[in-house]
Amino acid sequence: MSQPLLEIDRLRVDFDLPGGTVTAVKDLSFTVHAGETLALVGESGSGKSVSSTAAMRLLPELARPDGAIRWHGGQQPEDLLLVGAKRMRQIRGNEISMIFQEPMTSLNPLHRIGRQIVEVLTKHTALRGSAARERACSLLEQVGIPDPERRLGSYPHELSGGQRQRVMIAMALACEPKLLIADEPTTALDVTVQAQILSLLKDLQQRYGMAILFITHDLGIVRHFADRVCVMQQGERVESGPTAELFADPQHAYTRMLIDAEPRGRKAPVPDQTPLLLEAHDLRVRFPMKKRLFRPADYFEAVRGIDLSVKRGQTLGIVGESGSGKSTLGRALLRLLESRGDIRFDDTALDGLDTAAMRPLRSRMQVVFQDPFGSLSPRMTVGEIIGEGLRVHAPLLGRRERDARVQEALADVALDPAMRHRYPHEFSGGQRQRIAIARALVLKPELLLLDEPTSALDRSVQATVIELLRDLQHKHDLTYLFISHDLAVVRALADSVLVMKDGEVVEQGDTEALFSQPRHTYTQELMRAAFLDHQAA
Amino acid sequence: MLRYTLKRLLQAIPTLLIVITLSFFLMHLAPGGPFDGERQLPPEIEANLMANYHLDEPVWKQYLNYMGNLLQGDLGPSFKYKDFSVTELVAQGFPVSLELGIWAVGLALLIGLPLGVIAALRRNSTIDYLVMGTALAGVAIPNFVIAPLLALVFGVFLGWLPVGGWNEGAWPNLVLPVVALSIQQIAYIARMMRASMIEVLGSHFIRTARAKGLAETEVIWRHAMRPAMLPVVSYLGPAIAGIITGSVVIEQIFGIPGIGRYFVQAALNRDYTLVMGTVVFYGALIVLLNLLVDLLYSALDPQIRYDD
Repeated sequence: MSQPLLEIDRLRVDFDLPGGTVTAVKDLSFTVHAGETLALVGESGSGKSVSSTAAMRLLPELARPDGAIRWHGGQQPEDLLLVGAKRMRQIRGNEISMIFQEPMTSLNPLHRIGRQIVEVLTKHTALRGSAARERACSLLEQVGIPDPERRLGSYPHELSGGQRQRVMIAMALACEPKLLIADEPTTALDVTVQAQILSLLKDLQQRYGMAILFITHDLGIVRHFADRVCVMQQGERVESGPTAELFADPQHAYTRMLIDAEPRGRKAPVPDQTPLLLEAHDLRVRFPMKKRLFRPADYFEAVRGIDLSVKRGQTLGIVGESGSGKSTLGRALLRLLESRGDIRFDDTALDGLDTAAMRPLRSRMQVVFQDPFGSLSPRMTVGEIIGEGLRVHAPLLGRRERDARVQEALADVALDPAMRHRYPHEFSGGQRQRIAIARALVLKPELLLLDEPTSALDRSVQATVIELLRDLQHKHDLTYLFISHDLAVVRALADSVLVMKDGEVVEQGDTEALFSQPRHTYTQELMRAAFLDHQAA
Repeated sequence: MLRYTLKRLLQAIPTLLIVITLSFFLMHLAPGGPFDGERQLPPEIEANLMANYHLDEPVWKQYLNYMGNLLQGDLGPSFKYKDFSVTELVAQGFPVSLELGIWAVGLALLIGLPLGVIAALRRNSTIDYLVMGTALAGVAIPNFVIAPLLALVFGVFLGWLPVGGWNEGAWPNLVLPVVALSIQQIAYIARMMRASMIEVLGSHFIRTARAKGLAETEVIWRHAMRPAMLPVVSYLGPAIAGIITGSVVIEQIFGIPGIGRYFVQAALNRDYTLVMGTVVFYGALIVLLNLLVDLLYSALDPQIRYDD
């Protein structure tokens, strides 16, 4: 193996918070060698970002790092925790560069792209004026920005998230660093864009021979991208080793749990003669773009003529990237949005029903949203949140009976019924999502719209929520509309899948058939991007 | 941009209409009239005067009359300064008020911005607490309290500066009114700049700038200053309105012959046309300055584009 480039040696990071000292990283040691990719893996709060930020010495003032971070990229080895501020600035952006998780906000919104790239060049190289501009242009070209000459003059808000991350990469590579720290660089991006960015990083790594310290929670990426892995839990390293070995034979229980947490299993089919519960024909949703006086408004059609049907007890997976119209479709099906086209629920035609006529049906169809933090009212106890629907749909229910139903619903989602007197902020993300599910279940619905219910959760928590959804479906004979961008989850849960792009269905069919033989190129691209092509069924 | 500007100017018409109408009727609702004085005028003379100025007609007729004249750009004669038209009085007073206002806005920015930045950079230090504490006092104490206090200390006790008068805008006469007028704005701007600077310094693109290897001064001057100033720029509209209303009081206290002083005296004298003229003029000015501020904002922030 080549010589070490960055050595983290017994690093400890404490945060002096008003409530006392919190240790984010303790006794962490690992080494990044020249030219290799080391993945730092862990769930939220594991300290992976803190330790990489410490290497750039960009920690907030409250943080107190201790130990050693040895850098071998300069003329002589030096400890990055001890070098002077001036030397540290020479290293940043020049010898070690960093890209971040938030491509939308990591560029200065008031400066043109060109200026932001040129700024690094003038800081660390002798390039000036038109020479620097030319170099910036060629960098943009290398990261795959079309029409780079013109893009130099663009502002960040004129670029998509993927393009902004490319610009960040161009900026990071401007001075050909020896080490690139990539902190969850693709987490905020759609899967197909993620795949493009990852392959771009691989190409550039080979061209420049740089090492990459890749921080991620996504084991799919790690498996395909990293040479070696270091697994972190609660600020400590639990296991490390070459990627293939670690995945084949994980030693530590936590690593095994993380690997097992990738969704498994398949949905058992329902009997053929099962009746349909939900059916839609030529469903269309459009939003007015801009209202103008004396002129007809322009419309944006978010859902463009979709047909679908779901049998009782089935799960329909609705898959697509951001802006594909999948959430809009889900909401239109439950008549939470105005739409055109026919919708039948059980034996009732929903289209044309007004709010009042819909109300008795509402208890039979419920929704669970993506954001477990934003979708529960912070001023109500969990019991009040869950019981609120009962006040509307079962107003005759006494207080005692209502409380009993709330307790039953909490028990259903495997939470202690005694928790109903507490407030949402006292619960973790996974627990909150269980509360959201209990809120839906208490009304004994037949149809549940699940809009990205697991996307905001850590992988290990996600697995338990998926297990729960599976059990509940079985127990209560529930029908799910499962919206997700995560193909692995959909594959594990759905009977049939509908792949959406730009408001249209590009492919639709039985889950197993669709995953084993995707016909449409877009579906194939999605699967490649989600690293599903390697997995045996 | 041009379309946007035109649209905003069109929108200003109903705004001004409402302002003018409300002021007109409120003023006529107030008891008394322009010819009430210490000395009662003989009834026939007063009737003559009233007839001469159409004040004997019903109020709605006077209103229509006034609006008709206004459309022709005629603000009418002053009832008190009988040799002058309102337009002449406004034209006479405005340069004085303008000079006072420009100095006050300039001083507010010149002192408020750096104070805010310093407080933000030295957050939770003694300097920060000192600046913010003083600013809080500045916000809380009204200018009609500050102005006489300033005059008392620097004019009467210390004798450094004149306690009043304009003297063709000589600088010793300017200092106290300008300071009194801008103290509240300095305080607001400092507080606003501090909060916005702290927010910007915590943002992701500042982290990026540091990760590029920039020195802290470069990070602040090149990357943090302009975005941090944006909220202050959008505050300039209300700030200017505040300075204009403030000047009404300050001009009165320091005896400065600007529009504000005419306004106060006109209101006391029920000099209907002069009050209305001042309202129309300042109303239009505030609308126009607000538009200018919004255009300036779009010039500073490329994410804001007025294209419709």
